[in-house]
Amino acid sequence: MANIPEELKYSKDHEWVLVNGDTATIGITDYAQQSLGDVVYVEMPNEGDNFNAHDAFGSVESVKAVSEIFTPVSGEVVETNDDLNDTPEVVNDDPYGDGWMVRVKMDNEGELDALLSSEEYEEYLKSEE
Amino acid sequence: MTDQNLKKTPLNAVHRELGGRMVNYEGWDMPVLYPAGTIAEHLRTRTRSGLFDVSHMGEIHVDGPDAIPFVNHLTTNDVTRLVDGQAHYSALTYENGTVVDDLLVYRFGPERLFLVVNAGTQDKDWEWIASHKGDFDVDLRKASDDYCQIAIQGPDALGILQTLTDTQLADIKYYHFTEGTVDGVHSIISRTGYTGEDGFEIYAEPSRAGQLWGKMLEAGNYGSDEGILPCGLAARNTLRLESSMSLYGHEISDEITPLEAKLGWICKLNTEFIGCEALKAQKAGGLERTLVGFEMSEPGIARDGFDVYSAGEKVGYVTSGSPAPFLKKNIGMAYVPPAISGSGTALKIDVRGRMVGAVIVPMPFYKRER
Repeated sequence: MANIPEELKYSKDHEWVLVNGDTATIGITDYAQQSLGDVVYVEMPNEGDNFNAHDAFGSVESVKAVSEIFTPVSGEVVETNDDLNDTPEVVNDDPYGDGWMVRVKMDNEGELDALLSSEEYEEYLKSEE
Repeated sequence: MTDQNLKKTPLNAVHRELGGRMVNYEGWDMPVLYPAGTIAEHLRTRTRSGLFDVSHMGEIHVDGPDAIPFVNHLTTNDVTRLVDGQAHYSALTYENGTVVDDLLVYRFGPERLFLVVNAGTQDKDWEWIASHKGDFDVDLRKASDDYCQIAIQGPDALGILQTLTDTQLADIKYYHFTEGTVDGVHSIISRTGYTGEDGFEIYAEPSRAGQLWGKMLEAGNYGSDEGILPCGLAARNTLRLESSMSLYGHEISDEITPLEAKLGWICKLNTEFIGCEALKAQKAGGLERTLVGFEMSEPGIARDGFDVYSAGEKVGYVTSGSPAPFLKKNIGMAYVPPAISGSGTALKIDVRGRMVGAVIVPMPFYKRER
């Protein structure tokens, strides 16, 4: 069963968001990493890039598959987790911690309201099965 | 989630019990990976041993006085060179030299051959083969439902399998086979595989598949740190790619000839098979494209179908591309014009809109130490 921390918000694309002031830290969920299998490569945006909510900002690749990652919120990328270039497997080992991908300075915090709570995401996963 | 229309091997329930993630592969419900994951499965096969259910492959018996001339007429390799108990890799070709399928041809006797073809192409292969029977004095029998096929591969494979059989496995040479018993079950024991490792492929009655699979896992200490691992289709693919083996629909197809795919070594052009004239002409006229191996020189993974560029021009496409778990590089195979096929040639590959550097390298990417 996938781990779904209560303190995070979730997208239906299986990204998680941790909010700190006007900054959102984004990664992929435990469910997403389990579905992908061994992560071997993470392609990330550049710091300073701007994205609208639901834009693809990068991709996660396993041996077999490529999965795009979508930003759940609009804003500017202020930091990327460059450690993942050398150790992409951290996305599998610690998806909600060291496996984080980008930090975005949000343009519109109201977009957070469209995201799912942990309970809602759990329900969503059940409905997907 | 189970699609009732998918075909199942006799080990379907076993894969599910083992936690295999099942996918639709060419109409078959097959495990793509098990909980250990593709990288672990791949590495374990290289260093110790891996177990593969390949029961989806197709089998055809060709018996009768004209068995050898008939198969020699249909396939590119020279069947007359086989001795009893020997197998070889070959291809079925169309008149234009492109590939119906690749296959193994086993010789049980001068009037008894056994063909092993791909899962997804077996109906097409059967129709092709049966339609060319003509006046050949042969009896053709579709036998896919008569066999399960289990591959045990890797440096520990011989030792594990030896605990289950009286047959002296070390006496079976590479690409040779014998009939014997495995855990008391009558089997064809073939020293062949699709991983680049030493190993065996076992053909037996489907009802005994669960017994053989279970015994091989047990004998291989499945569950221990260095024990055998069941391996899914994803590992099967990365293992064959590291070893530069062709996969039908990728490196070879009904639009590609074996010569283009660097399979000239299985094309014995003096044997007058279907497609032989086209291949002779292609050889004489020179190839327009040839298969090369490459590794990525910049971060990025080439995938099947991606376009290949040289000096700003599109020159070809990727047939198979993936991370190579043992080599720890991102590798692939591609078709390019012969003029730029030399090792060391720099290429660019269009990775979803990003031009990523790659360099042509010699194949095979991986070769086991003997």
